[in-house]
Amino acid sequence: MSIIRAEDVSIRYLTGDFKSIGLKEYVLRRLKGNYKVTEFWADRHVSFTLEKGDMLGIIGTNGAGKSTLLKAISGIMVPTEGTMEVQGSIAALLELSSGFDGDLTVRENTYLRGAMLGYTRKFMDEMYDPIIAFAELQEFQDRPFKQLSSGMKSRLAFSIACLVDPDILILDEVLSVGDGAFRKKSGDKMKEILSRGITGILVSHSVGQVREMCNKILWLDHGRQILFTDQVDLALDAYEEFLATKHLPGSMEDIRQYAAAFALRRKKEQEKKEKKKVRELEKVLESKEDEAAVQAAVAILRRSRPDLLAESPEGTQP
Amino acid sequence: MLQTLKKHQFLFEELVKRDFKQKYKRTVLGMGWSILSPLLTLLVMALVFTNLLGRDTPHFIIYLFAGNIVMSFFKESTKGGMNALMANARIFTKVNVPKYLFLLSKNVSTLVNFGLILGIYFLFVVWDGLPIGPHLLMLLYPIFCLLLFNIGVGMILSALYVFFRDTQYLYDVFLVLLTYLSAIFYNVNRFPALIQRLFLLNPVYCYIRYFRLVTIDGIIPSLPYHGLCLLYAALALLAGIWVYRRNNHKFLYYV
Repeated sequence: MSIIRAEDVSIRYLTGDFKSIGLKEYVLRRLKGNYKVTEFWADRHVSFTLEKGDMLGIIGTNGAGKSTLLKAISGIMVPTEGTMEVQGSIAALLELSSGFDGDLTVRENTYLRGAMLGYTRKFMDEMYDPIIAFAELQEFQDRPFKQLSSGMKSRLAFSIACLVDPDILILDEVLSVGDGAFRKKSGDKMKEILSRGITGILVSHSVGQVREMCNKILWLDHGRQILFTDQVDLALDAYEEFLATKHLPGSMEDIRQYAAAFALRRKKEQEKKEKKKVRELEKVLESKEDEAAVQAAVAILRRSRPDLLAESPEGTQP
Repeated sequence: MLQTLKKHQFLFEELVKRDFKQKYKRTVLGMGWSILSPLLTLLVMALVFTNLLGRDTPHFIIYLFAGNIVMSFFKESTKGGMNALMANARIFTKVNVPKYLFLLSKNVSTLVNFGLILGIYFLFVVWDGLPIGPHLLMLLYPIFCLLLFNIGVGMILSALYVFFRDTQYLYDVFLVLLTYLSAIFYNVNRFPALIQRLFLLNPVYCYIRYFRLVTIDGIIPSLPYHGLCLLYAALALLAGIWVYRRNNHKFLYYV
């Protein structure tokens, strides 16, 4: 049975209606006769299903409707049209560092956040020390939260959040918190959680990350569903081609073409890069000024392009 | 509802704690203010009104005090309640939690404050030579009704405030009007009987009157009066629940 089933989900925002413009504006606009409510569909006809153990990557440029869709999945919003069925408990890590209170201490905020995520007090009592240790904030426990750096804040948020043991885990841009060392640590932690066989949804602007972690892809653009597929590489290649050319694919055929074009482009770029490198090395070899540099260049060439060395028998080989 | 409350008990406790800490952050006296500020208000009112309006009212200080604490409980609770949704918008737009929790936690912290000042009120009652006895336990009834009433009004206000930010200013004006209409510093006896009955249309006045009847006159009000108190509370609460039910998923579009 499907863990998540979204059928023809559409979510609408109304702008310019009475409630959002206020009484004065409303009366003025009515008098002038330019009162009108405009609707904006953040998501339109989005359908997908996830089975247990699936990891869905949602891709799309800014304003594609990714975050709104996540809110619908986590139950914060209800779809204006269509149905969203979700089986099991959800932990949604949306915009991690919001919802903390600057005047409370780190310790108090940790408990408050734990409570929001649905943990029990007993569980938090047990996990408090590991959380602080993972976030590397031992010396800051009783400081007001606002005194922390923004990196520290998101480290704490991530550490609290990744203790979850839900059926469904939603990650919205959370794998890019902290400095390099912490990012590595958090990535490993996430992989460990996901390897327990839970269902996950990842929103990330890093295509590499999505490629590495996901087995299904949902591609949104301005609320429209471009593609839902389990052919991860095909989808991501086409998406990267789209990022480079800014042309949206219209059909599956387009997507295949895009993916092929991207593969070609990547190959070309790689060749270009290699050629450039080889040219630089050749320059070093030709100038023959520095014996050590020449030796190093030969070593690199022997490793990366043995074919080049084989082609040029005169001179360079010792 | 009780089940979800139980499920979110930990969050509820943490929210109550947070509300307390937020309220007294960066004040020297901290909790002391919840006692000191009503006492100072009482002092000012006593100075101004005792000679002006208090001559024909026995135990005028207690009379004032009862009016003040009930009114300020209502004010604090509903104004805090009005803010409950907006102030926590960052939480409920990111995490799926029942939205009434924020309002309830606010009401718990004002209830505790009210409890503190009620203690001082009883000290004044003793000092004024009024009888202390089991009849004072009857005060639990109007407090209970007022709590429900506050929650209901707070729910309505907080929803309105999300949709119309003008609410806060209008409500301030309304509170001034209500204060003058609640017979806090004057006695309704000087009005004709018909007008006195009209005062009973004001729920806050009903709760104040209950307080005065029990503590000053030692009278436990009639059964219909109890019914009236409960009716106001129930109406407000039901209206509040209805508003929340209807708009539960609309709030986040406007915060």
